[in-house]
Amino acid sequence: MSNIMNAWKAAKIKRSVRQIRGEKIFRASLVLISLSILVIVVAFLFTLVIQSLPSIKALGFGFLYGKTWDPVHNIYGTYPFLLGTLLTSFLALIISIPFSFATAIFLGEYYPRGWFSDFLKNAIELIAAVPSVIYGFWGLFVLVPIVRSLELKIGVTPYGIGIFASSLILTIMIIPYAASLGREMVRMVPSSLKEAAYALGATRYEVIKNVILPYSRSGLLAGVLLSLGRALGETMAVTMVIGNTSVIPDSIFAPGNTMASVIANEFTEAASSLYLSALIEIGLVLFLVTVIINMVGKRIIKKFTSE
Amino acid sequence: MKPNIKYRLGKSRFFKGLIIALSVLCTVPLFIILIYIFKEGFSKINWHFLVNMPKPVGEAGGGIANALVGSLLIVFYASLIAIPLGIMCGIYLSENRNTRLANWTRLSVDVLQGTPSIVMGIVVYFWVVKPLHTFSALSGSVALAIMMLPIVVRSTEETLKLLPDTLKEAGLALGLPYHKVILRIILPCGISGILSGVILAVARIAGETAPLLFTAFGNLYFSTNILKPMESLPLLIFNYATSAYDDWHNLAWGAALILLIWVLLLNIITKIITKKWRVQF
Repeated sequence: MSNIMNAWKAAKIKRSVRQIRGEKIFRASLVLISLSILVIVVAFLFTLVIQSLPSIKALGFGFLYGKTWDPVHNIYGTYPFLLGTLLTSFLALIISIPFSFATAIFLGEYYPRGWFSDFLKNAIELIAAVPSVIYGFWGLFVLVPIVRSLELKIGVTPYGIGIFASSLILTIMIIPYAASLGREMVRMVPSSLKEAAYALGATRYEVIKNVILPYSRSGLLAGVLLSLGRALGETMAVTMVIGNTSVIPDSIFAPGNTMASVIANEFTEAASSLYLSALIEIGLVLFLVTVIINMVGKRIIKKFTSE
Repeated sequence: MKPNIKYRLGKSRFFKGLIIALSVLCTVPLFIILIYIFKEGFSKINWHFLVNMPKPVGEAGGGIANALVGSLLIVFYASLIAIPLGIMCGIYLSENRNTRLANWTRLSVDVLQGTPSIVMGIVVYFWVVKPLHTFSALSGSVALAIMMLPIVVRSTEETLKLLPDTLKEAGLALGLPYHKVILRIILPCGISGILSGVILAVARIAGETAPLLFTAFGNLYFSTNILKPMESLPLLIFNYATSAYDDWHNLAWGAALILLIWVLLLNIITKIITKKWRVQF
Protein backbone atom coordinates (compact mmCIF):
# COMPACT_ATOMS: atom_id res chain seq x y z
CA MET A 1 0.00 0.00 0.00
CA SER A 2 2.72 2.47 1.03
CA ASN A 3 4.53 1.48 -2.13
CA ILE A 4 1.63 2.68 -4.22
CA MET A 5 1.37 5.85 -2.18
CA ASN A 6 5.06 6.55 -2.70
CA ALA A 7 4.85 5.98 -6.40
CA TRP A 8 1.82 8.27 -6.59
CA LYS A 9 3.65 10.97 -4.63
CA ALA A 10 6.71 10.64 -6.82
CA ALA A 11 4.60 10.98 -9.94
CA LYS A 12 2.90 14.02 -8.49
CA ILE A 13 6.21 15.67 -7.64
CA LYS A 14 7.53 14.88 -11.09
CA ARG A 15 4.51 16.47 -12.67
CA SER A 16 4.70 19.63 -10.62
CA VAL A 17 8.42 19.90 -11.37
CA ARG A 18 7.57 19.68 -15.03
CA GLN A 19 4.87 22.27 -14.69
CA ILE A 20 7.12 24.64 -12.80
CA ARG A 21 9.72 24.22 -15.51
CA GLY A 22 7.11 24.91 -18.18
CA GLU A 23 6.03 27.98 -16.28
CA LYS A 24 9.59 29.24 -16.08
CA ILE A 25 10.22 28.65 -19.77
CA PHE A 26 6.98 30.44 -20.63
CA ARG A 27 7.77 33.46 -18.48
CA ALA A 28 11.31 33.61 -19.83
CA SER A 29 10.12 33.46 -23.44
CA LEU A 30 7.64 36.27 -22.82
CA VAL A 31 10.45 38.46 -21.50
CA LEU A 32 12.77 37.41 -24.30
CA ILE A 33 10.30 38.22 -27.04
CA SER A 34 9.48 41.62 -25.57
CA LEU A 35 13.17 42.27 -25.29
CA SER A 36 13.65 41.25 -28.93
CA ILE A 37 11.24 43.97 -30.08
CA LEU A 38 13.29 46.49 -28.17
CA VAL A 39 16.43 45.04 -29.77
CA ILE A 40 14.87 45.28 -33.25
CA VAL A 41 14.22 48.98 -32.80
CA VAL A 42 17.68 49.70 -31.41
CA ALA A 43 19.28 47.69 -34.22
CA PHE A 44 17.06 49.52 -36.68
CA LEU A 45 18.39 52.92 -35.63
CA PHE A 46 21.91 51.52 -35.40
CA THR A 47 21.78 50.16 -38.96
CA LEU A 48 20.57 53.48 -40.34
CA VAL A 49 23.26 55.46 -38.51
CA ILE A 50 26.10 53.09 -39.44
CA GLN A 51 25.11 52.95 -43.09
CA SER A 52 24.78 56.71 -43.37
CA LEU A 53 28.09 57.41 -41.60
CA PRO A 54 30.10 57.72 -44.84
CA SER A 55 27.75 60.40 -46.07
CA ILE A 56 27.58 62.17 -42.69
CA LYS A 57 31.38 62.25 -42.59
CA ALA A 58 31.86 63.32 -46.19
CA LEU A 59 29.07 65.85 -46.47
CA GLY A 60 28.43 67.17 -42.95
CA PHE A 61 25.60 69.61 -42.42
CA GLY A 62 25.83 70.94 -45.96
CA PHE A 63 23.90 67.81 -46.84
CA LEU A 64 20.71 69.30 -45.44
CA TYR A 65 20.80 72.69 -47.16
CA GLY A 66 22.76 71.89 -50.32
CA LYS A 67 20.65 72.97 -53.27
CA THR A 68 21.83 70.52 -55.93
CA TRP A 69 21.43 66.78 -56.07
CA ASP A 70 23.69 65.47 -58.79
CA PRO A 71 24.91 61.92 -58.14
CA VAL A 72 26.83 61.84 -61.43
CA HIS A 73 29.15 64.56 -60.13
CA ASN A 74 28.96 63.37 -56.53
CA ILE A 75 27.06 66.43 -55.32
CA TYR A 76 24.48 65.60 -52.72
CA GLY A 77 22.24 68.32 -51.32
CA THR A 78 18.83 67.34 -50.02
CA TYR A 79 17.23 70.77 -49.88
CA PRO A 80 14.99 70.06 -52.93
CA PHE A 81 13.61 66.93 -51.24
CA LEU A 82 13.16 68.57 -47.85
CA LEU A 83 11.25 71.35 -49.58
CA GLY A 84 9.22 68.85 -51.60
CA THR A 85 8.29 66.85 -48.52
CA LEU A 86 7.36 69.93 -46.50
CA LEU A 87 5.35 71.49 -49.34
CA THR A 88 3.33 68.37 -50.13
CA SER A 89 2.72 67.48 -46.48
CA PHE A 90 1.72 70.90 -45.24
CA LEU A 91 -0.38 71.70 -48.28
CA ALA A 92 -2.21 68.40 -47.76
CA LEU A 93 -2.56 69.14 -44.05
CA ILE A 94 -4.03 72.59 -44.64
CA ILE A 95 -6.57 71.29 -47.15
CA SER A 96 -7.49 68.30 -45.00
CA ILE A 97 -7.99 70.08 -41.66
CA PRO A 98 -11.42 71.62 -42.37
CA PHE A 99 -12.66 68.25 -43.62
CA SER A 100 -11.28 66.15 -40.80
CA PHE A 101 -12.44 68.56 -38.09
CA ALA A 102 -15.88 68.76 -39.68
CA THR A 103 -16.10 64.97 -39.70
CA ALA A 104 -14.91 64.84 -36.09
CA ILE A 105 -17.59 67.33 -34.99
CA PHE A 106 -20.25 65.68 -37.12
CA LEU A 107 -19.60 62.19 -35.71
CA GLY A 108 -18.72 63.30 -32.19
CA GLU A 109 -21.37 65.94 -31.56
CA TYR A 110 -24.18 66.17 -34.13
CA TYR A 111 -24.79 62.51 -34.95
CA PRO A 112 -22.89 60.20 -32.58
CA ARG A 113 -25.09 57.21 -33.60
CA GLY A 114 -27.57 56.11 -36.21
CA TRP A 115 -27.18 54.54 -39.64
CA PHE A 116 -25.77 57.61 -41.32
CA SER A 117 -23.06 58.10 -38.75
CA ASP A 118 -22.19 54.38 -38.96
CA PHE A 119 -21.97 54.69 -42.71
CA LEU A 120 -19.73 57.75 -42.52
CA LYS A 121 -17.53 56.17 -39.86
CA ASN A 122 -17.02 53.03 -41.95
CA ALA A 123 -16.34 55.09 -45.07
CA ILE A 124 -13.67 57.08 -43.24
CA GLU A 125 -12.06 53.86 -42.03
CA LEU A 126 -12.15 52.51 -45.58
CA ILE A 127 -10.22 55.53 -46.82
CA ALA A 128 -7.39 54.50 -44.52
CA ALA A 129 -7.62 50.88 -45.64
CA VAL A 130 -7.17 51.40 -49.40
CA PRO A 131 -3.53 50.64 -50.32
CA SER A 132 -1.46 53.67 -51.23
CA VAL A 133 -0.37 52.20 -54.55
CA ILE A 134 -4.02 52.24 -55.62
CA TYR A 135 -4.30 55.92 -54.70
CA GLY A 136 -1.20 56.55 -56.77
CA PHE A 137 -2.52 54.60 -59.73
CA TRP A 138 -5.87 56.40 -59.66
CA GLY A 139 -4.12 59.73 -59.14
CA LEU A 140 -1.89 59.16 -62.15
CA PHE A 141 -4.75 58.29 -64.51
CA VAL A 142 -7.64 60.41 -63.22
CA LEU A 143 -6.45 63.19 -60.97
CA VAL A 144 -3.40 64.24 -62.99
CA PRO A 145 -5.40 64.99 -66.18
CA ILE A 146 -7.85 67.02 -64.09
CA VAL A 147 -5.01 68.98 -62.49
CA ARG A 148 -3.50 69.49 -65.94
CA SER A 149 -6.66 71.06 -67.34
CA LEU A 150 -6.89 73.22 -64.21
CA GLU A 151 -3.32 74.39 -64.77
CA LEU A 152 -4.14 75.21 -68.38
CA LYS A 153 -7.02 77.36 -67.19
CA ILE A 154 -5.00 79.36 -64.70
CA GLY A 155 -2.12 79.71 -67.12
CA VAL A 156 0.79 77.89 -65.54
CA THR A 157 2.89 75.22 -67.25
CA PRO A 158 0.52 72.23 -67.50
CA TYR A 159 2.65 69.42 -66.08
CA GLY A 160 -0.29 67.75 -64.37
CA ILE A 161 2.03 65.70 -62.24
CA GLY A 162 3.79 67.57 -59.46
CA ILE A 163 3.58 68.95 -55.94
CA PHE A 164 -0.05 70.02 -56.24
CA ALA A 165 -1.35 66.67 -57.50
CA SER A 166 0.60 64.86 -54.76
CA SER A 167 -0.87 67.14 -52.13
CA LEU A 168 -4.40 66.40 -53.32
CA ILE A 169 -3.82 62.65 -53.16
CA LEU A 170 -2.24 63.01 -49.72
CA THR A 171 -5.19 65.08 -48.53
CA ILE A 172 -7.58 62.23 -49.24
CA MET A 173 -5.26 59.72 -47.59
CA ILE A 174 -4.63 61.57 -44.32
CA ILE A 175 -8.18 62.73 -43.50
CA PRO A 176 -9.08 59.53 -41.58
CA TYR A 177 -6.23 59.90 -39.07
CA ALA A 178 -7.26 63.30 -37.75
CA ALA A 179 -10.97 62.60 -38.20
CA SER A 180 -11.28 59.38 -36.22
CA LEU A 181 -9.08 60.59 -33.37
CA GLY A 182 -10.86 63.95 -33.32
CA ARG A 183 -14.20 62.15 -33.08
CA GLU A 184 -13.08 60.34 -29.92
CA MET A 185 -11.86 63.58 -28.43
CA VAL A 186 -15.03 65.55 -29.24
CA ARG A 187 -17.04 62.75 -27.69
CA MET A 188 -15.09 62.99 -24.45
CA VAL A 189 -16.21 66.55 -23.72
CA PRO A 190 -18.26 66.24 -20.49
CA SER A 191 -21.97 66.86 -21.09
CA SER A 192 -22.19 68.95 -17.91
CA LEU A 193 -20.02 71.57 -19.58
CA LYS A 194 -22.15 71.58 -22.72
CA GLU A 195 -25.38 71.67 -20.73
CA ALA A 196 -24.12 74.57 -18.65
CA ALA A 197 -23.50 76.55 -21.83
CA TYR A 198 -26.93 75.65 -23.24
CA ALA A 199 -28.50 76.73 -19.93
CA LEU A 200 -26.87 80.11 -20.33
CA GLY A 201 -28.66 80.43 -23.67
CA ALA A 202 -25.88 79.51 -26.06
CA THR A 203 -26.77 78.19 -29.51
CA ARG A 204 -25.30 74.94 -30.76
CA TYR A 205 -22.68 76.77 -32.80
CA GLU A 206 -21.65 78.78 -29.75
CA VAL A 207 -21.38 75.63 -27.66
CA ILE A 208 -19.14 74.03 -30.29
CA LYS A 209 -17.03 77.13 -30.69
CA ASN A 210 -16.70 78.11 -27.02
CA VAL A 211 -16.90 74.79 -25.17
CA ILE A 212 -16.19 71.76 -27.34
CA LEU A 213 -13.35 73.07 -29.49
CA PRO A 214 -11.36 74.66 -26.63
CA TYR A 215 -11.85 71.57 -24.47
CA SER A 216 -10.73 69.09 -27.13
CA ARG A 217 -8.07 71.36 -28.63
CA SER A 218 -5.05 69.29 -27.63
CA GLY A 219 -6.69 66.07 -28.82
CA LEU A 220 -7.48 67.57 -32.18
CA LEU A 221 -3.89 68.76 -32.43
CA ALA A 222 -2.68 65.23 -31.74
CA GLY A 223 -4.82 63.97 -34.61
CA VAL A 224 -3.30 66.57 -36.91
CA LEU A 225 0.19 65.47 -35.86
CA LEU A 226 -0.62 61.82 -36.66
CA SER A 227 -1.90 62.93 -40.06
CA LEU A 228 1.30 64.88 -40.62
CA GLY A 229 3.42 61.87 -39.68
CA ARG A 230 1.54 59.81 -42.24
CA ALA A 231 1.92 62.47 -44.93
CA LEU A 232 5.67 62.87 -44.39
CA GLY A 233 6.37 59.15 -44.70
CA GLU A 234 3.95 58.33 -47.51
CA THR A 235 5.90 56.93 -50.43
CA MET A 236 4.07 55.17 -53.22
CA ALA A 237 1.17 57.48 -53.99
CA VAL A 238 3.50 60.48 -53.98
CA THR A 239 6.20 58.77 -56.03
CA MET A 240 3.69 57.97 -58.75
CA VAL A 241 2.32 61.49 -59.20
CA ILE A 242 5.07 63.93 -58.16
CA GLY A 243 7.14 63.74 -61.33
CA ASN A 244 10.49 62.80 -59.76
CA THR A 245 12.80 65.61 -60.72
CA SER A 246 15.56 66.56 -58.34
CA VAL A 247 15.45 70.30 -58.90
CA ILE A 248 14.01 72.85 -56.52
CA PRO A 249 10.32 73.29 -57.42
CA ASP A 250 9.64 76.90 -58.43
CA SER A 251 5.90 76.77 -57.72
CA ILE A 252 3.44 74.36 -56.17
CA PHE A 253 2.44 73.24 -59.65
CA ALA A 254 5.97 72.19 -60.61
CA PRO A 255 7.14 68.58 -60.46
CA GLY A 256 9.53 67.71 -57.66
CA ASN A 257 10.60 64.91 -55.36
CA THR A 258 10.07 64.12 -51.71
CA MET A 259 12.49 62.43 -49.35
CA ALA A 260 10.54 59.19 -49.52
CA SER A 261 10.11 59.25 -53.29
CA VAL A 262 13.79 59.88 -54.02
CA ILE A 263 14.70 56.83 -51.93
CA ALA A 264 12.08 54.72 -53.71
CA ASN A 265 13.36 55.80 -57.12
CA GLU A 266 17.11 55.77 -56.71
CA PHE A 267 17.97 53.24 -54.00
CA THR A 268 18.40 50.25 -56.30
CA GLU A 269 20.26 52.33 -58.88
CA ALA A 270 22.78 53.89 -56.50
CA ALA A 271 26.10 52.96 -58.04
CA SER A 272 28.66 54.50 -55.67
CA SER A 273 28.76 53.84 -51.95
CA LEU A 274 28.54 57.55 -51.14
CA TYR A 275 25.39 57.82 -53.26
CA LEU A 276 23.79 54.91 -51.39
CA SER A 277 24.89 56.31 -48.08
CA ALA A 278 23.41 59.72 -48.90
CA LEU A 279 20.08 58.06 -49.69
CA ILE A 280 20.19 56.21 -46.38
CA GLU A 281 20.92 59.45 -44.56
CA ILE A 282 17.73 60.87 -46.09
CA GLY A 283 15.98 57.79 -44.73
CA LEU A 284 17.50 58.41 -41.30
CA VAL A 285 16.28 62.02 -41.25
CA LEU A 286 12.83 60.92 -42.41
CA PHE A 287 12.74 58.22 -39.73
CA LEU A 288 13.72 60.59 -36.92
CA VAL A 289 11.29 63.31 -37.97
CA THR A 290 8.25 61.03 -38.35
CA VAL A 291 9.01 59.13 -35.16
CA ILE A 292 9.32 62.36 -33.15
CA ILE A 293 6.07 63.75 -34.58
CA ASN A 294 4.26 60.50 -33.83
CA MET A 295 5.67 60.38 -30.31
CA VAL A 296 4.56 63.93 -29.54
CA GLY A 297 1.10 63.12 -30.90
CA LYS A 298 0.82 59.98 -28.77
CA ARG A 299 2.04 61.82 -25.67
CA ILE A 300 -0.68 64.43 -26.12
CA ILE A 301 -3.35 61.75 -26.55
CA LYS A 302 -2.17 59.95 -23.42
CA LYS A 303 -2.23 63.13 -21.37
CA PHE A 304 -5.62 64.08 -22.73
CA THR A 305 -7.27 60.71 -22.10
CA SER A 306 -5.85 60.23 -18.60
CA GLU A 307 -7.08 63.59 -17.36
CA MET B 1 -22.83 94.67 -30.30
CA LYS B 2 -25.18 91.89 -29.29
CA PRO B 3 -26.62 90.19 -32.34
CA ASN B 4 -30.24 89.13 -31.92
CA ILE B 5 -31.35 85.57 -31.41
CA LYS B 6 -32.55 85.07 -34.98
CA TYR B 7 -29.12 85.93 -36.29
CA ARG B 8 -27.44 83.60 -33.80
CA LEU B 9 -29.74 80.70 -34.60
CA GLY B 10 -29.26 81.28 -38.29
CA LYS B 11 -25.52 81.18 -37.81
CA SER B 12 -25.85 77.97 -35.85
CA ARG B 13 -27.93 76.40 -38.56
CA PHE B 14 -25.52 77.54 -41.26
CA PHE B 15 -22.64 76.02 -39.33
CA LYS B 16 -24.46 72.71 -39.02
CA GLY B 17 -25.05 72.68 -42.76
CA LEU B 18 -21.41 73.45 -43.40
CA ILE B 19 -20.26 70.63 -41.12
CA ILE B 20 -22.58 68.13 -42.80
CA ALA B 21 -21.50 69.25 -46.27
CA LEU B 22 -17.79 69.01 -45.46
CA SER B 23 -18.02 65.61 -43.82
CA VAL B 24 -20.08 64.14 -46.65
CA LEU B 25 -17.64 65.66 -49.13
CA CYS B 26 -14.70 63.77 -47.61
CA THR B 27 -16.20 60.44 -48.56
CA VAL B 28 -16.82 61.44 -52.18
CA PRO B 29 -13.24 60.77 -53.39
CA LEU B 30 -13.37 57.32 -51.80
CA PHE B 31 -16.46 56.35 -53.78
CA ILE B 32 -15.12 57.90 -56.96
CA ILE B 33 -11.96 55.83 -56.58
CA LEU B 34 -13.81 52.62 -55.71
CA ILE B 35 -16.23 52.98 -58.62
CA TYR B 36 -13.43 53.87 -61.03
CA ILE B 37 -11.31 50.87 -60.04
CA PHE B 38 -14.31 48.54 -60.29
CA LYS B 39 -15.26 49.95 -63.68
CA GLU B 40 -11.73 49.67 -65.11
CA GLY B 41 -10.79 46.42 -63.43
CA PHE B 42 -13.96 44.37 -63.73
CA SER B 43 -13.79 43.82 -67.47
CA LYS B 44 -10.21 42.56 -67.21
CA ILE B 45 -10.79 39.89 -64.63
CA ASN B 46 -11.63 36.37 -65.72
CA TRP B 47 -10.28 32.89 -65.16
CA HIS B 48 -7.59 33.40 -67.77
CA PHE B 49 -6.42 36.55 -65.95
CA LEU B 50 -6.01 34.70 -62.66
CA VAL B 51 -4.11 31.63 -63.86
CA ASN B 52 -1.86 32.98 -66.63
CA MET B 53 1.40 34.85 -66.69
CA PRO B 54 1.78 38.44 -67.90
CA LYS B 55 2.31 38.61 -71.66
CA PRO B 56 5.17 40.64 -73.13
CA VAL B 57 4.45 44.15 -74.37
CA GLY B 58 2.45 44.21 -77.58
CA GLU B 59 0.38 41.11 -76.88
CA ALA B 60 -3.03 41.67 -75.42
CA GLY B 61 -4.30 39.48 -72.60
CA GLY B 62 -2.13 37.74 -70.11
CA GLY B 63 -2.66 37.34 -66.40
CA ILE B 64 -1.16 37.96 -63.03
CA ALA B 65 -0.72 34.46 -61.63
CA ASN B 66 2.86 35.13 -60.53
CA ALA B 67 1.89 38.23 -58.57
CA LEU B 68 -1.14 36.60 -57.00
CA VAL B 69 0.79 33.59 -55.75
CA GLY B 70 3.75 35.77 -54.76
CA SER B 71 1.60 38.12 -52.74
CA LEU B 72 -0.08 35.24 -50.93
CA LEU B 73 3.27 33.62 -50.11
CA ILE B 74 4.98 36.81 -48.94
CA VAL B 75 2.04 37.76 -46.72
CA PHE B 76 1.79 34.20 -45.42
CA TYR B 77 5.44 34.05 -44.35
CA ALA B 78 5.22 37.52 -42.84
CA SER B 79 2.23 36.39 -40.77
CA LEU B 80 4.09 33.27 -39.74
CA ILE B 81 6.84 35.45 -38.25
CA ALA B 82 4.78 38.29 -36.84
CA ILE B 83 1.70 36.64 -35.33
CA PRO B 84 3.37 34.45 -32.66
CA LEU B 85 5.89 37.15 -31.76
CA GLY B 86 3.24 39.84 -31.63
CA ILE B 87 0.81 37.84 -29.50
CA MET B 88 3.53 36.81 -27.03
CA CYS B 89 4.72 40.38 -26.74
CA GLY B 90 1.14 41.56 -26.26
CA ILE B 91 0.68 39.01 -23.46
CA TYR B 92 3.81 40.26 -21.74
CA LEU B 93 2.68 43.88 -21.98
CA SER B 94 -0.78 43.18 -20.57
CA GLU B 95 0.62 40.98 -17.78
CA ASN B 96 3.41 43.35 -16.75
CA ARG B 97 1.96 46.81 -17.00
CA ASN B 98 4.60 48.86 -15.28
CA THR B 99 7.93 47.09 -15.42
CA ARG B 100 10.82 48.94 -17.00
CA LEU B 101 11.02 46.45 -19.86
CA ALA B 102 7.29 46.87 -20.56
CA ASN B 103 7.64 50.62 -20.83
CA TRP B 104 10.63 50.37 -23.15
CA THR B 105 8.91 47.75 -25.27
CA ARG B 106 5.78 49.88 -25.50
CA LEU B 107 7.95 52.77 -26.68
CA SER B 108 9.59 50.52 -29.29
CA VAL B 109 6.22 49.38 -30.57
CA ASP B 110 5.19 53.04 -30.92
CA VAL B 111 8.40 53.76 -32.83
CA LEU B 112 7.77 50.85 -35.20
CA GLN B 113 4.20 51.99 -35.76
CA GLY B 114 5.37 55.46 -36.75
CA THR B 115 8.20 54.31 -39.01
CA PRO B 116 7.73 55.18 -42.69
CA SER B 117 7.41 52.00 -44.71
CA ILE B 118 10.17 52.98 -47.12
CA VAL B 119 12.68 53.15 -44.23
CA MET B 120 11.61 49.64 -43.27
CA GLY B 121 12.71 48.56 -46.75
CA ILE B 122 16.13 50.19 -46.38
CA VAL B 123 16.88 48.52 -43.07
CA VAL B 124 15.72 45.06 -44.12
CA TYR B 125 17.84 45.46 -47.26
CA PHE B 126 20.90 45.58 -45.00
CA TRP B 127 19.64 42.87 -42.65
CA VAL B 128 18.58 40.23 -45.15
CA VAL B 129 19.30 41.16 -48.77
CA LYS B 130 22.96 42.15 -48.30
CA PRO B 131 23.98 39.03 -46.31
CA LEU B 132 22.18 36.71 -48.76
CA HIS B 133 23.53 38.64 -51.79
CA THR B 134 20.17 38.55 -53.54
CA PHE B 135 16.75 40.14 -53.39
CA SER B 136 14.37 37.57 -51.97
CA ALA B 137 10.77 36.96 -51.01
CA LEU B 138 12.06 36.14 -47.53
CA SER B 139 13.41 39.65 -47.06
CA GLY B 140 10.06 41.06 -48.20
CA SER B 141 8.31 38.91 -45.63
CA VAL B 142 10.66 40.10 -42.90
CA ALA B 143 9.98 43.74 -43.78
CA LEU B 144 6.23 43.17 -43.79
CA ALA B 145 6.44 41.18 -40.54
CA ILE B 146 8.08 44.13 -38.80
CA MET B 147 5.25 46.31 -40.10
CA MET B 148 2.64 43.87 -38.79
CA LEU B 149 4.16 43.54 -35.33
CA PRO B 150 2.94 46.80 -33.76
CA ILE B 151 -0.67 46.19 -34.83
CA VAL B 152 -0.73 42.63 -33.49
CA VAL B 153 1.01 43.61 -30.24
CA ARG B 154 -1.32 46.53 -29.62
CA SER B 155 -4.54 44.66 -30.34
CA THR B 156 -3.46 41.72 -28.16
CA GLU B 157 -2.49 44.00 -25.29
CA GLU B 158 -5.67 46.09 -25.48
CA THR B 159 -7.89 43.01 -25.68
CA LEU B 160 -6.26 41.17 -22.78
CA LYS B 161 -6.40 44.29 -20.62
CA LEU B 162 -10.20 44.16 -20.87
CA LEU B 163 -10.37 40.70 -19.26
CA PRO B 164 -11.09 40.75 -15.52
CA ASP B 165 -8.38 39.57 -13.12
CA THR B 166 -10.85 37.13 -11.56
CA LEU B 167 -10.53 34.87 -14.61
CA LYS B 168 -6.83 34.47 -14.07
CA GLU B 169 -7.17 34.20 -10.30
CA ALA B 170 -9.75 31.42 -10.62
CA GLY B 171 -7.35 29.43 -12.79
CA LEU B 172 -4.40 29.98 -10.48
CA ALA B 173 -6.49 29.08 -7.41
CA LEU B 174 -7.26 25.70 -8.96
CA GLY B 175 -3.53 25.07 -9.11
CA LEU B 176 -3.04 25.54 -12.85
CA PRO B 177 0.47 26.55 -13.87
CA TYR B 178 0.84 30.08 -15.21
CA HIS B 179 1.38 29.16 -18.84
CA LYS B 180 -1.78 27.04 -18.89
CA VAL B 181 -3.79 29.88 -17.35
CA ILE B 182 -2.60 32.20 -20.09
CA LEU B 183 -2.80 29.81 -23.04
CA ARG B 184 -5.96 27.92 -22.08
CA ILE B 185 -8.03 30.57 -20.29
CA ILE B 186 -6.90 34.10 -21.05
CA LEU B 187 -6.10 33.71 -24.76
CA PRO B 188 -9.32 31.86 -25.69
CA CYS B 189 -11.35 34.51 -23.87
CA GLY B 190 -9.75 37.29 -25.86
CA ILE B 191 -9.43 35.39 -29.14
CA SER B 192 -11.91 37.52 -31.10
CA GLY B 193 -10.10 40.76 -30.31
CA ILE B 194 -6.72 39.26 -31.14
CA LEU B 195 -8.04 37.69 -34.33
CA SER B 196 -9.48 40.96 -35.59
CA GLY B 197 -6.16 42.67 -34.86
CA VAL B 198 -4.32 40.00 -36.82
CA ILE B 199 -6.65 40.22 -39.82
CA LEU B 200 -6.40 44.00 -39.78
CA ALA B 201 -2.61 43.70 -39.77
CA VAL B 202 -2.73 41.31 -42.74
CA ALA B 203 -5.01 43.72 -44.61
CA ARG B 204 -2.62 46.53 -43.86
CA ILE B 205 0.49 44.78 -45.19
CA ALA B 206 -1.22 43.14 -48.18
CA GLY B 207 -1.21 46.48 -49.98
CA GLU B 208 2.21 47.69 -48.90
CA THR B 209 4.55 48.41 -51.77
CA ALA B 210 7.35 50.58 -50.45
CA PRO B 211 9.02 47.99 -48.18
CA LEU B 212 9.03 45.47 -51.04
CA LEU B 213 10.85 47.67 -53.56
CA PHE B 214 14.33 46.77 -52.31
CA THR B 215 13.48 43.41 -50.75
CA ALA B 216 11.10 41.16 -52.74
CA PHE B 217 11.97 43.33 -55.76
CA GLY B 218 9.50 41.76 -58.18
CA ASN B 219 9.92 39.06 -60.76
CA LEU B 220 8.60 38.75 -64.30
CA TYR B 221 8.44 34.99 -63.99
CA PHE B 222 6.61 32.55 -61.80
CA SER B 223 8.53 31.73 -58.64
CA THR B 224 7.72 30.10 -55.34
CA ASN B 225 11.30 30.05 -54.06
CA ILE B 226 11.47 32.28 -51.00
CA LEU B 227 15.19 32.84 -51.47
CA LYS B 228 14.65 34.35 -54.92
CA PRO B 229 12.99 37.62 -55.97
CA MET B 230 9.22 37.31 -56.12
CA GLU B 231 6.46 39.35 -57.75
CA SER B 232 3.60 40.68 -55.67
CA LEU B 233 0.35 42.47 -56.49
CA PRO B 234 1.32 45.95 -55.21
CA LEU B 235 4.71 45.77 -56.96
CA LEU B 236 3.08 44.68 -60.20
CA ILE B 237 0.58 47.54 -59.99
CA PHE B 238 3.36 50.04 -59.37
CA ASN B 239 5.63 48.79 -62.15
CA TYR B 240 2.92 48.33 -64.76
CA ALA B 241 1.03 51.53 -63.91
CA THR B 242 4.15 53.64 -64.37
CA SER B 243 5.08 51.89 -67.61
CA ALA B 244 4.13 53.38 -70.97
CA TYR B 245 2.12 50.49 -72.42
CA ASP B 246 -1.65 50.18 -72.54
CA ASP B 247 -1.57 46.38 -72.25
CA TRP B 248 0.35 46.66 -69.03
CA HIS B 249 -1.99 49.36 -67.73
CA ASN B 250 -4.86 46.95 -68.31
CA LEU B 251 -3.11 44.25 -66.30
CA ALA B 252 -2.50 46.79 -63.54
CA TRP B 253 -6.19 47.79 -63.41
CA GLY B 254 -7.21 44.18 -63.01
CA ALA B 255 -4.56 43.62 -60.35
CA ALA B 256 -5.67 46.78 -58.53
CA LEU B 257 -9.24 45.53 -58.38
CA ILE B 258 -8.13 42.15 -57.03
CA LEU B 259 -5.95 43.80 -54.39
CA LEU B 260 -8.76 46.18 -53.45
CA ILE B 261 -11.28 43.34 -53.09
CA TRP B 262 -8.81 41.38 -51.00
CA VAL B 263 -8.15 44.30 -48.63
CA LEU B 264 -11.84 45.26 -48.38
CA LEU B 265 -12.87 41.67 -47.64
CA LEU B 266 -10.34 41.42 -44.81
CA ASN B 267 -11.61 44.71 -43.37
CA ILE B 268 -15.21 43.55 -43.55
CA ILE B 269 -14.32 40.26 -41.85
CA THR B 270 -12.67 42.24 -39.03
CA LYS B 271 -15.83 44.33 -38.67
CA ILE B 272 -18.02 41.23 -38.47
CA ILE B 273 -15.76 39.56 -35.90
CA THR B 274 -15.67 42.59 -33.62
CA LYS B 275 -19.44 42.98 -33.90
CA LYS B 276 -20.41 39.33 -33.42
CA TRP B 277 -17.96 38.21 -30.78
CA ARG B 278 -17.06 41.28 -28.86
CA VAL B 279 -14.89 40.63 -25.80
CA GLN B 280 -17.31 41.53 -23.01
CA PHE B 281 -17.29 41.12 -19.27
